[in-house]
Amino acid sequence: MKVLYFAWLRTRIGHAEDTIELPKGVEDVRGLIDLLRAQGPGYALALTDLATVKVAVNHEYVGLDHKLKPSDEVAFFPPVTGG
Amino acid sequence: MIRVQREDFDPGAEVAALTRGRHDVGGVVTFVGLVRDLAEGKALGAMTLEHYPGMTEKQLRAIDDEANRRWPLAASLVIHRYGRLEPGDRIVLVATASPHRDAAFDACRFLIDWLKTQAPFWKLEEGEAGAKWVEAKASDDAAALRWQAKPAKKPDAAE
Repeated sequence: MKVLYFAWLRTRIGHAEDTIELPKGVEDVRGLIDLLRAQGPGYALALTDLATVKVAVNHEYVGLDHKLKPSDEVAFFPPVTGG
Repeated sequence: MIRVQREDFDPGAEVAALTRGRHDVGGVVTFVGLVRDLAEGKALGAMTLEHYPGMTEKQLRAIDDEANRRWPLAASLVIHRYGRLEPGDRIVLVATASPHRDAAFDACRFLIDWLKTQAPFWKLEEGEAGAKWVEAKASDDAAALRWQAKPAKKPDAAE
């Protein structure tokens, strides 16, 4: 599964993209976040406050309970500031 | 129609192209967003707009479709730039064309309000104190909320 990070999530984590194989038992976005938080201090810092983190799966906004498939592209980013 | 691009755009030429040969258009409303030289009272040197290729286009297309669903538009165009921009540079163009002005004004306002809260762009500002990611504004959320479909009116108990 491709996992992408943008803006300050990317700078805190230190890179823009990971390829992750979902372990058994990790089924939704919440589970993926717990898995990522354990990858290192940068990940834990970036994903500390979920109120400031948006999640998209296959280019659509989703909630934390969204179920994941191995072929999904998941992205984590802060609230958007375009326009 | 939507476009996401690094290059600048010419608002006049874009409007001319949008309405060329369209004799059903009675009015065009345009919004052009520019880079200001002040950010929270501090001098801004430049900003870099990051985006999420693929999702940006998909979200802009959805917003543009929604505008065309809600209002009788003859044509609409959203152009959003990314990359490094300096004060005075154009960031975004929204143009809406309609037989009558009300639809064009409302749809233009809707498009810019919604794209600010939905389209995945992020501004990194470069000022005297270094680079800083811009935080989302509650006022932008409030502006977008105005355009949410009104819920069906509940029966009033007093009536």
